[in-house]
This record gives sequence, structure tokens and C-alpha cells, in this order.
Amino acid sequence: MHLTREEEAILNGESGPTLQKAMEIITALGDIYKADSLVPIKSAQIAGVSYKTIGDAGLEWISDLEGKVVVPSILNPAGMDLERWREMGIDEEFAARQTRIIEAYRQLGVRCECTCTPYYIDPALASYGDHLAWSESSAVSYANSVIGARTNREGGPSALAAALIGKTANYGYHLDEKRVPVITVHVDCHVSGADFGALGYLIGAQVGADVPMFRLRSRPNDLELKALGAAMAASGAVALYHVEGVTPESDSYQAPAETITIERSQIDEVFEKNCPEEVDLIALGCPHYSAEELEAAANLLEGVTMNKEVWICTSRQVRDKNPDAVHRIEASGARVFVDTCMVVSPATERFGCVLTDSGKALKYIPGMCGVGAGLASTRDCLKGGDID
Amino acid sequence: MIRTLRGRPISSGCGQGEALVTKDPISFLGSVDPATGMVVEQEHELEGKCVSNKVLVFPTGKGSTVSSYVMYQLKKNGTAPAAVINRSAEPIVVVGAIISDIPMVDSTEPDAITTIKTGDMVRVDGTRGVVQIL
Repeated sequence: MHLTREEEAILNGESGPTLQKAMEIITALGDIYKADSLVPIKSAQIAGVSYKTIGDAGLEWISDLEGKVVVPSILNPAGMDLERWREMGIDEEFAARQTRIIEAYRQLGVRCECTCTPYYIDPALASYGDHLAWSESSAVSYANSVIGARTNREGGPSALAAALIGKTANYGYHLDEKRVPVITVHVDCHVSGADFGALGYLIGAQVGADVPMFRLRSRPNDLELKALGAAMAASGAVALYHVEGVTPESDSYQAPAETITIERSQIDEVFEKNCPEEVDLIALGCPHYSAEELEAAANLLEGVTMNKEVWICTSRQVRDKNPDAVHRIEASGARVFVDTCMVVSPATERFGCVLTDSGKALKYIPGMCGVGAGLASTRDCLKGGDID
Repeated sequence: MIRTLRGRPISSGCGQGEALVTKDPISFLGSVDPATGMVVEQEHELEGKCVSNKVLVFPTGKGSTVSSYVMYQLKKNGTAPAAVINRSAEPIVVVGAIISDIPMVDSTEPDAITTIKTGDMVRVDGTRGVVQIL
């Protein structure tokens, strides 16, 4: 890999040990994936935030680093609402350690907004054609596919290394040739809302890490694309997809000859197979809800009193900008939690079965929380799981 | 007689120790106890063995990305391997070795897993990508 004189100097330790380590991480990964050079990045989104996932090992590493990030950098969701953690049922010790992780990132100059939807809170983080080092899998998928930016699925340390250097190795989805679709997914029915989570859940498992091109009968909005990408990144490792006539790069490619056809019955089957008899938590907002989704939930909850625990997860910024929707949601007994989600918070573990409108949460909750999970439309979720 | 294997430098620095060789991939998270360096994964070829101060030779990493941090914890606890040799490096172990200052080499010629025997005294130069069986 070609390094500039300045990059070489950092690698040789001339800018101190933290930057030297950061450069070693980036160049080692670059060598493994045969990158030709480093590429400047617009922003970083750093996973490895929840104390539940990184534990004391991660806390120690982040706390030992010195220096400051040189590009706008933002965090993935933490293991709790940083203010309302007691209401979530988080214990003092977890909260103390989670707070130390956040503070350690803050010391490095990272913006301590914890969200998997950074594109909702600052559009300047990613625009068409920008190179990024993002790590949360649904954010990676959205940035690549819907925004047309370019990022690999970075691990937490490599995203942080890129944030400290301001560059990442130029391989994978940074390159034109890796963005070409290799399989067509023909969806032979009308799909909307939570159907996209179910569709992503099916397709991710079939295509693995390949780039699919969707041919749809209906035109999905950005919220539906968010749900589709999130589910495919969870059930598979899809970091980029195209939707014919919809996503920004789709016009550049022909639909590949190899085709998977999906029919209505297959999507219905995902809901039918994941229709639990009893649920004790309804959890929405995976990925974090947008302003429109909060508003829609508020409308569905108008005049309703929920007799089950209901969490709606979003970012702190989206919550703060939509006080009316939040007020109406909470008047029903449902709660709007921020900085966290049902997948990365240990608070989910005390429940028996979670009902969600997210294909991604459906995939991850059983393994990561040891809890059952069911899938339904947002409306059916808020009906309390009465989804006959 | 010293036998030399040449590979790709991954994580810089030199380490020396007794080799511990396995044909099974390793996930540090859940498989290695960071307090003791003991392999605790059931059915793993190295179950019950200690990785501390060994030259750990295994095909590749597997499992959670948190493993990188567990390698760092091993280092801080003084229970880390002296060096790591992989047949084919993947990002989790690579990042773990770099942040933990554990010398690492991969893709050696001849193949490390079939050439090095558990108990051999091995020296790893992660800066130059050279492994020597002493």
C-alpha cells in the first residue's frame, strides 16, 4: 500500500503512540484487504459503546487512549438511556461503567450522541460520494445505499482509529467495482411498512455479504429503506443494496441475471412464524425512530392507555425536536428512551418475549438478549400484540 | 538447528516463548479467561491450556468483535500470549494484537500450523514477518 511521507511518519511513531497504533490498525487492515492507499473520510460513527457488549475490556482500552479525533465522530447506541436508566431497570454498577465509557469517548473529542441513525441528526456527516468510517451495520447500509456515501462495515477500534487519523484504507465499498450489484431480488407483490423488515430478514439470510439489486412494484420511502437495510445487515452482512429507480446509484447498473423472486406468501410467513402468543415488552425504534415515525406512533397511541411496557427508541436530538409527539406517546404509558435500544441494553433481558416492528431486532434479540421476539406492523405492535 | 518461516508482518515487535498450536480458530471473547489466560471454551482443542506467554499458533479468529478488547485485557493482566501466528489473519485478531502490542505474523511459508509443534521454543519478529523455531 502506498503511504504518503506524512502517513509514514505517523506509522513510525513521530506523532505519538496513540496515532501510531491508529495508523497501524488502518494499514494492517489495508494490507489484508489489498488497499492501494488511504482515503480521507468525512465522518466516523463508532460502535463499541454499550457496556453490555464491550465490557471492562473495551472500557479499559478506550480509557487508555490519548488524543483527539480529527473528523466529526459520533457514537453508536449505549446500553441505557443516559438520563432515564433507572426507569429502564438498569442497575447502579452498570450505569457507572456505561457513564465511564461515554466520558472516555468524550475525552477523545467524540460527540457523545449515541445513535444508529446519525444521518437524522446531522446531514453534514454523510453526503453522496463521501468516504466514511462507520461501524453500526444499519447505518453503514443506509449511508452506502440510500445516501450514496462510501463506507465499509468498520469494527469499533478501526472506526475510532480512522477518526483519529481522519482517513481509512481504500478498499471494499470505497471502490466502484465493489459497489456493483451481483444478484437481482424481484419482489412480486406490493410491500409497505414492516414488510420491508420481513423482506430484509429473508434476503439477508440468502445473499450473505453480496450486493443485491431490488426490483419492487411499489416505491419505498426512506423509512422503509432504513428498515430493509437494517434487517439485511442483521440476518446477513449486506452493507450495500440498490433499488431500481429509487436509490441514487441504481441507474448506473443493469439488474444482474441471477435472480431471487419473493412472493407475498414468503413475507406473510415471516410474520406468521414470528407471532408469539404472549409478549411482555413492545419495543419499537430499531433503527432509531425518525421524527415522522415518532409522529405516526403518537397518532396510533392517541387516546389509548397501554397496559404493557412499551419502549420507543430514538436519538436524543429527534426526541428533543419533537416534544409534542413525545408527550402524546408518553401520555399513553409508553416511554420514549434515547441513547440506547432494545438490542444493546441489558434492560431487555428481564422480559420473556419482545414484540417489535423491526426485522433487525427480530433477528438480534433472541441471541443477544436471550429473550423471545415477534414481528408485527407498528400498528399491530401498538395494539398490544393482538395480531390475529 | 534454527528453522526459519517467513510470513507477513501484522503487528510489530518481537516475542519469544513456547509454542501452543491448534487447528481450531479462536474467539477470545468467551473462549479465553482474561484473568488467567486459560482456554475455557468447551470442546476446543486447547480447552484447559493456558495461552499466557506462549507463542499462540492458530488458523484464524472467529466470533465477536469484542475479542479485540479481550486481547487488550489479557495484555493488561499480564496473561497475554507472547506472540500470535495465524495461517490467515482476520480483522478481529489483527486489531486485538495491534492495540495490545502483541507481535503477530501470518501466512508463513512453510505453514506454521503444520511446521511448529506445541512445546517448540519459537521467536516471532512481527516487524519483519519472520518466525524462528529455536
